[in-house]
Amino acid sequence: MKKHIDPFWWTLFGAGGALSALFLPALLFFTGIAFPLGWFTTPPYEYLHSLVSPWYVRLFFLAIISLSLFHWAHRFRFTLYEGLQLHHFDLIIPILCYGTAIAGSIFAALTLWNL
Amino acid sequence: MENLTIKEKRPKKYIRPMPIFWWVHRWVHIKFIARELTSVFVAAYAVIFLLYVRSIGRGPDAFADFSERLRVPALIVFHAVALLVLLFHSITWFNLAPQAMVIKIGDRKVPGVVIALLNYAGWVVISAVLAWIMLHKQ
Repeated sequence: MKKHIDPFWWTLFGAGGALSALFLPALLFFTGIAFPLGWFTTPPYEYLHSLVSPWYVRLFFLAIISLSLFHWAHRFRFTLYEGLQLHHFDLIIPILCYGTAIAGSIFAALTLWNL
Repeated sequence: MENLTIKEKRPKKYIRPMPIFWWVHRWVHIKFIARELTSVFVAAYAVIFLLYVRSIGRGPDAFADFSERLRVPALIVFHAVALLVLLFHSITWFNLAPQAMVIKIGDRKVPGVVIALLNYAGWVVISAVLAWIMLHKQ
């Protein structure tokens, strides 16, 4: 992977790190813990549907989801380099990491577009 | 001149051999690796959230099914662990924010503590708004 595009990946990493740090804990708390355990009732379906339907909400979800994936890709790439000492796989690791994030983002875009 | 030739004969890049688990011996290194691995949970939850939203798009029955599946104990445990990991991600992220953002007002640098506190304040406000969105129909 050429050095000069690293700032590009870093920007995606940073944006994803910030968005996920700000939004995901609260979302996870409700969708993954509080609603399933019945600590709070899940909001009525019609309300949730009207909440996620506007194009700008879906676009915003795409930003959070896609940038979170790029955040993972960048961090995981360097964790493999440093943590597992895999410096010599410096062509295949970035392709796998960013490739997964790109594929995931396309899946997210199609899903949210067709919602 | 002599030195230059010697230099040219050296290998271009030398990587010092390191054991794979070099980072288990010191707490700061474990913390570093732990912080980097929070990204796995960030990505995993991003995908779950996408599926959650998708099930809403697929109609009331699909959403009811998906909500039912989230009640499986294994998934509750997974989410509980993921929440702790995400909190660790948020805290380490906001604590490092001052090093990544340098904000100047006039020619005075805004102190790092202020930048970190602004990040935490943003987190609290956003979480409160999300809680209101999720709960005001109770």
